[in-house]
Amino acid sequence: MNLRIYEGDGKSEGACGGSCGCGGGGDGAGSGGMSRSGITRRSFLRRGTATAGGLAALAASLSPLRDLESDDKPTVEKFLQKHYKEMSAEDMESALERIRNEVERRYEVRPDIRDIKPMDGVEFVYALNLTRCIGCRKCVHACVAENNQSRDPEIQYIRVLEMPRGSVDIEDGDHHYDRPTVPDDNHYYMPVQCHQCANPPCVKVCPVEATWQEPDGITVIDYDWCIGCRYCEAACPYWARRFNFAKPSLPTSDLNTTMSYLSNRPRQKGVMEKCHFCLHRTREGKMPACLEVCPVGARKFGNVLDPESDVSQVLKTKRVFVLKAELNTLPRFFYYYDERDPVGHRGGEGAAS
Amino acid sequence: MKEYTRFLWRCFRLSFHGDWRYYTWMLLLTVIALLGLNAYCKQLVYGLATTGMTDQVSWGLYIANFTYLVGIAAAAVMLVIPAYIYKNKELHDVVIFGELLAVAAIVMCLLFVTADLGRPDRFHHLMLRFNFPLSMLTWDVIVLNVYLVLNLHICGYMIYTVYRKRKENRKLFVLPFVFIAIVWAVSIHTVTAFLYSGLGGRPFWNSAVIAPRFIASAFAAGPAFIIITLQVINRMTSHEMPLNALKLLRQIVLVAMTINVFLLLSEVFTDFYTGAVHSVSAQYLYFGIGEHTALVPWIWSAITMNLIALFLLYLPYRGRRVWVLNTACVLLIIGIWIEKGMGLIVPAFIPTPLGEFVEYMPTMNEILVGLGIWAFGLLLYSIFVRITVPVLNGDLSYDTVYHTEPESKPAVRNASGSERSVPS
Repeated sequence: MNLRIYEGDGKSEGACGGSCGCGGGGDGAGSGGMSRSGITRRSFLRRGTATAGGLAALAASLSPLRDLESDDKPTVEKFLQKHYKEMSAEDMESALERIRNEVERRYEVRPDIRDIKPMDGVEFVYALNLTRCIGCRKCVHACVAENNQSRDPEIQYIRVLEMPRGSVDIEDGDHHYDRPTVPDDNHYYMPVQCHQCANPPCVKVCPVEATWQEPDGITVIDYDWCIGCRYCEAACPYWARRFNFAKPSLPTSDLNTTMSYLSNRPRQKGVMEKCHFCLHRTREGKMPACLEVCPVGARKFGNVLDPESDVSQVLKTKRVFVLKAELNTLPRFFYYYDERDPVGHRGGEGAAS
Repeated sequence: MKEYTRFLWRCFRLSFHGDWRYYTWMLLLTVIALLGLNAYCKQLVYGLATTGMTDQVSWGLYIANFTYLVGIAAAAVMLVIPAYIYKNKELHDVVIFGELLAVAAIVMCLLFVTADLGRPDRFHHLMLRFNFPLSMLTWDVIVLNVYLVLNLHICGYMIYTVYRKRKENRKLFVLPFVFIAIVWAVSIHTVTAFLYSGLGGRPFWNSAVIAPRFIASAFAAGPAFIIITLQVINRMTSHEMPLNALKLLRQIVLVAMTINVFLLLSEVFTDFYTGAVHSVSAQYLYFGIGEHTALVPWIWSAITMNLIALFLLYLPYRGRRVWVLNTACVLLIIGIWIEKGMGLIVPAFIPTPLGEFVEYMPTMNEILVGLGIWAFGLLLYSIFVRITVPVLNGDLSYDTVYHTEPESKPAVRNASGSERSVPS
């Protein structure tokens, strides 16, 4: 008996509009027009318009998705791609092939992209001579040219601080100094980039293991695995990580076609990136782009396990320090001054001190 | 099983029924939620550049709201403890509404986190390589989802047994889960606090007081939220709320808020008396540094609201002057929202670890996404309440047919068998 009442309740049908966003159901609900004989014409019309209105509103709110670029659309291939460490050689080859095709489609150049593995018995370390650095920012721009960063908005891995003499506190540094000529007599210059920590806070916090430390000490990112939560960016004490807030834009003329999977291949929107010690160069015996361009030789790079390397010599003979040593991140990026360490250098050239 | 699907179907039908106030409210929420969806689609297409976030301030409105809502969700448990441990019968009804609020809040949390992701299309990577136990974010994923399931189970079971007019098997199906949920509620907020306090590179967060402060502020804001909600339900539906519960809730808010203010003072003292470089973020927050003063008005209005609320709470409580309590609650809800959002998430990024000052201001698109998620959460909660009230009243059960609207009265839901009418 009750069932009839339920079915005949015309208002219940029109009520659909209440949460469909069409406004069809609300106000008319108090008026009559219902019978006790199933769905009336009126309630049918009302329910129809309400549903249609709701769907239209939903479609309208989803409409920006029409502008989604084809590269951003999820594909089965991308969906099934494995984490870097789980890829077999064939998996990697097919991923590289996909990237080649994507680059070709976007930039009309076929890139030379490989997956370059670390060398055995190598641990990379960087050393930077604060006495020599003149703050010309050539390293900043060489890095951008080498690593296919987005040009607009421009992403830079290296930040040069202009420091007042008498302070090593980076909070005193000026990030946006703009002088007709450098260096300024009252300042010295401190470039900061990823320190490739041996105890990296960024790796620890990543929820999906999209970033990790390689055997040669370089912390890398799998751009195809990163979910873009930016927890690593919050965790980094050196502000070394950068996020692609917008789709990276890079003119074809500026594209560096020598690429590797974990370093300078073009990035997508919504992923993290950072300095990787130019691993596509350094793992093949070359120097990083920032070092090569430095006009004053302030930058030293090499294998710290090789006692004859430049960096080993610097660590042995100079007074070196790392930034924020109290955080125990154990950076592989050292700063030093030209003054020689009287103790460390005693056995070397007698002319010192 | 068949009966259960019928129950769900009837709940679905019921959520489209109501009087004009219900329709207006739901329509409003739907419109806002759709606007938010629209804004989110834009964000999907153009990237997070549509937000005010930058490499300098890489978390903003989304994560702030996420943090606040974790607190609201956790606070539901403050109602469970007195109800079940001290066998306070009056609170039993209230508990259901509290736990439903927790469900809605957790759903909002998950939506806010998703909105913050640069690559939501890769969400499944979480299942393929889960950096547990190292990453606190993975802990958060676990505790939030388990908490959601726990609460869904408790509310669902209790409502469904009433619907079926069965006797609850409390010892087996409710109590164990309630006790787990109590511990769990503390864990969701603790884990969320550890998310921040574990970062050595952010001195503003890297403080042991963050977790206790989170819990204290949550247990003030959450019950305050419920105090308001209960009165709204009381006023708008036929359900008779045990308004005596307000008294107990008020005490919870009072104690929690007192502890919160004390912890805040401890933090401010340590920062400012030490005066070390690491208090720069705090200085920026409270007083501004140079021309960078964006957060100063926010934090001082939050402090003012919190202190006024605390003062009002300390006035002797009289049931008749419930507006005093309500004012205090509203001030608290807003004050703590600012304190946890603008006051806790944003200043940790200013200055950057390299000492650069870049300020943060959410964009219109970002605000719309946030409002959309709030509207969606409130929409969910309204539907939950819409369903729960007639079930608890006994108007909707498996052997009755709930006819929503008698033909004579426009104030439909009051005519469903209860003696109570709309309060004037």
